[in-house]
Amino acid sequence: MMMKKINTFFYTMWQGILNIFRNKWYSLASVATISACLFLLGLFFAIVANVQHIVRSVQEDICISVFFVEGTPLERKEEIQQTLNDRREVLRTEYRTADEEWAWFSESSLHGNTEVFQENPLEGMDNIRVYMKDIGEQENLATFIESIPEVDHVNRSLNLANTLTGVNSLISYGFIVIIAILLVVSVFLISNTVSIGISVRKEEINIMKYVGATDFFVRAPFVLEGMIIGLVGAGIPLLIIFEGYNGLLNYVMERFPMLSNMLNFLSVAEIFRFLTPVSLLVGMGIGFFGSISTVRKHLHV
Amino acid sequence: MSRKENELKKQQSIMEEKGIIYLDNVTKSYSTGSPAINGITLNIYKGEFVFVVGDSGSGKSTLIRLLLRELTATTGNVYVMGQDLAKLKHRKIPKFRRNLGVVFQDFRLLNDRNVYENVAFAQRIVETPARMIRRNVPAMLATVGLAGKYKAKTTQLSGGEQQRVALARALVNNPSILLADEPTGNLDPHNSWEIMGLLEEINERGTTVVVVTHNREIVNAMKKRVVAMKKGVIVSDMEEGVYNDDDEED
Repeated sequence: MMMKKINTFFYTMWQGILNIFRNKWYSLASVATISACLFLLGLFFAIVANVQHIVRSVQEDICISVFFVEGTPLERKEEIQQTLNDRREVLRTEYRTADEEWAWFSESSLHGNTEVFQENPLEGMDNIRVYMKDIGEQENLATFIESIPEVDHVNRSLNLANTLTGVNSLISYGFIVIIAILLVVSVFLISNTVSIGISVRKEEINIMKYVGATDFFVRAPFVLEGMIIGLVGAGIPLLIIFEGYNGLLNYVMERFPMLSNMLNFLSVAEIFRFLTPVSLLVGMGIGFFGSISTVRKHLHV
Repeated sequence: MSRKENELKKQQSIMEEKGIIYLDNVTKSYSTGSPAINGITLNIYKGEFVFVVGDSGSGKSTLIRLLLRELTATTGNVYVMGQDLAKLKHRKIPKFRRNLGVVFQDFRLLNDRNVYENVAFAQRIVETPARMIRRNVPAMLATVGLAGKYKAKTTQLSGGEQQRVALARALVNNPSILLADEPTGNLDPHNSWEIMGLLEEINERGTTVVVVTHNREIVNAMKKRVVAMKKGVIVSDMEEGVYNDDDEED
């Protein structure tokens, strides 16, 4: 009995594979539709993920500079730094002495032309730089810091923070909406292609049912066929995007080194860690559910 | 006695008393128009050869679809092999159909497979072991005279040959009943007679054969039971009957 079931299982699976070749034009059309949809999805994801990543990198460089009332002892400054480190919105803090601050400023803004200065003009400007996890929290954090009696004043870049937060939210929401639209369109297009392919073979399903085939026997080859088509359809755009993305990254790094220093692109591995399972699941899932639901319509014979 | 045993005993008794096919005051109405079948009662006993004749719209095809459990009766009961088809659950239909062989006018073969695979398909469905399939299918193809064409694509065959493949597929599982819906409708007289000869042979081996046909010449020559239908009712039912003009015209 068990042996018979195993034989039937393998027979239906084999039929599923054969069906792909028996209906090669339909298979080709389905693979092309799935590939086109998932290619668009993957391409869009790669672009948006990079933009988000670059915005996040810029955000990470934005900090609040905390300056102290003259005469505040170093121990108190260390206590304040510790208090800030313990806050949930703070990513890290960095204490910079007046000399370090002058060295950084003279290097970055004066390019070493400091001959006219006999002594450190930033004396007394030692400060703590506070980097945040989310720069949307900047205003709240700054208000808190200003309430500390030893704090003289706080430097923050409110406009930049607000702009970046806005851009990031816009990208995130836009990303969700466009991915959702692309997914719906893909699901619709792909299931339509699968449906048409199966409807053309309605007669074949009827014959199987008249001869006494169970629903499993009829459905299994179609489902396997749908899943294989979905997997192949998902694999092709993944390969194209992999090669294309890799090539583009190398090209940008070689031809525009300035750009690659300024902008922090995601690596292929980071992109594909998300894109591979999602594409394969979407392709296989649509093939699976599309064929199940379409065959079901024709099973009531 | 278990419920299953009781059920089998009941089925056996219906088969013996009322026939292997028994329609009890059956009406089948579609959503529009008058009923396709209107209150017919019909008994066909094991081993019979019955022609069902009538013009288009007489209800012949609906009758076949009721017997296949493709449709259910609006009122009345349809019993096939003692089973009340209205009570047959969807998941039990495949097993029920394995006891029926069906042949259609348009052959309904799997055109992407060869002759052998079309016949073997019916055996695979009933989970026949591979070695039995390798033995049964060539034997059945030899019976219908297609032993030499087992590798051919069905589309490469003539109409008569395609109908033989359909017949081989219908018979390979040794069904109790063979339903043939216009089996000669697409065939020339020579092939029609050959197919009818095969059906008669099958009937002589004990299979109940029900043939729906328009072919007056064949019906009249074969001297079998003839059930004539008109507008959804049985207008005549004769042993060694003939297909009269009266059965077709108003």
